[in-house]
Amino acid sequence: MAKIKSYVRPMQGWWRRNPYFVRYMIRESSSVFLAIYAVILLVGLLRLTQGAAAWDGWLAALASPGSIVFHWLALLAVGYHAYTWWKVAPKTAPDIHIGGQPLPELVITGGGWLATLGASILVYVIVRWM
Amino acid sequence: MADTRTIEIEVLRYNPEQDTEPHFQTFQVPFTHDTSVLQGLQYIKDYLDGSLTFRWSCRMAICGSCGKMVNGVPELSCHTFLRDYYPGKVRIEPLNHFPVQRDLAIDQTDFFNKKLPSVKPYVMPKEERPLSAGTYVQTPGQFHKYYQYSQCINCLLCYAACPQYGLKPEFTGPAALALLHRYNADSRDRGWQERADILNAEDGVWGCTLVGYCSEVCPKGVDPAHAINQNKVNSTMDYFGVLKFLMPRGGS
Repeated sequence: MAKIKSYVRPMQGWWRRNPYFVRYMIRESSSVFLAIYAVILLVGLLRLTQGAAAWDGWLAALASPGSIVFHWLALLAVGYHAYTWWKVAPKTAPDIHIGGQPLPELVITGGGWLATLGASILVYVIVRWM
Repeated sequence: MADTRTIEIEVLRYNPEQDTEPHFQTFQVPFTHDTSVLQGLQYIKDYLDGSLTFRWSCRMAICGSCGKMVNGVPELSCHTFLRDYYPGKVRIEPLNHFPVQRDLAIDQTDFFNKKLPSVKPYVMPKEERPLSAGTYVQTPGQFHKYYQYSQCINCLLCYAACPQYGLKPEFTGPAALALLHRYNADSRDRGWQERADILNAEDGVWGCTLVGYCSEVCPKGVDPAHAINQNKVNSTMDYFGVLKFLMPRGGS
């Protein structure tokens, strides 16, 4: 058989071609904010071990305008990440059938959203008033 | 017919004997309420340009031959209607991530000659049984474990939806891995260890980053993303040597 000269289309810019892929890229990159936030917390722990002055310096750095802007952005990113995390959770869950019917995805997704919301409110209440 | 309208269809053209790269050609196509995108292409081939090349067969969403990118979305062209795009235009391209052979015809050999046979997509029972032993018996519960995945028609829309396959063609991909799971999940089958090398590989389930678009575009309601990602757990259990205590099951 004669070799056919087929054409392979380039993948460059693939994620901009479909809104579904744009949302996927935002979902994945939102985890970067989470990682930076975790590093900031770990630095806080380190400063705590270095004495009162170091700890106060870390607290002062947190109160700077740049830090506050970052934390609002991180909150938004983590909120979106939590939303999408539960959206894809049914794909990673085991195959559950109840009475011959697959467990509806909304049960896992909706349950996850409610649990996240509940936990967030609980943490806020503890930090704010306890 | 009274309700005939005209829509603009832009088709990707590529002639391997003349072109170095593809280009688009525009056609004006009359259509009625029930004209599918496939029928639009057939109109072009019959009345406007007989050289237009594309695959199709059954016209009723079961043979899996007529997949195309329709306005950037992988669709069965027999299952998609021109009325839904009017008054806009329709842009038809070959399925993404596959080499283009000519116009809308893609090279499917990677899937049919390599990926699909690699997962051993057939029931491998513990031992051959004579016909006189009668049929295999399954409960509805055992049947529901794999039924959804057995609906795959090999149309390759999921591969066109999978950027991982486009970026890394070695990835076994959604349909083949969903079919691998279909046989592993079948109570009559004992072949999971023969499929384990493909499943556990870097290009097996671990090649998936859970974009999830494969499950969105499947015209038969198969959920390849779920098949792949629940097997990441199985693959991990296999790595730690736990899976063999869970997998061998009765039934045959």
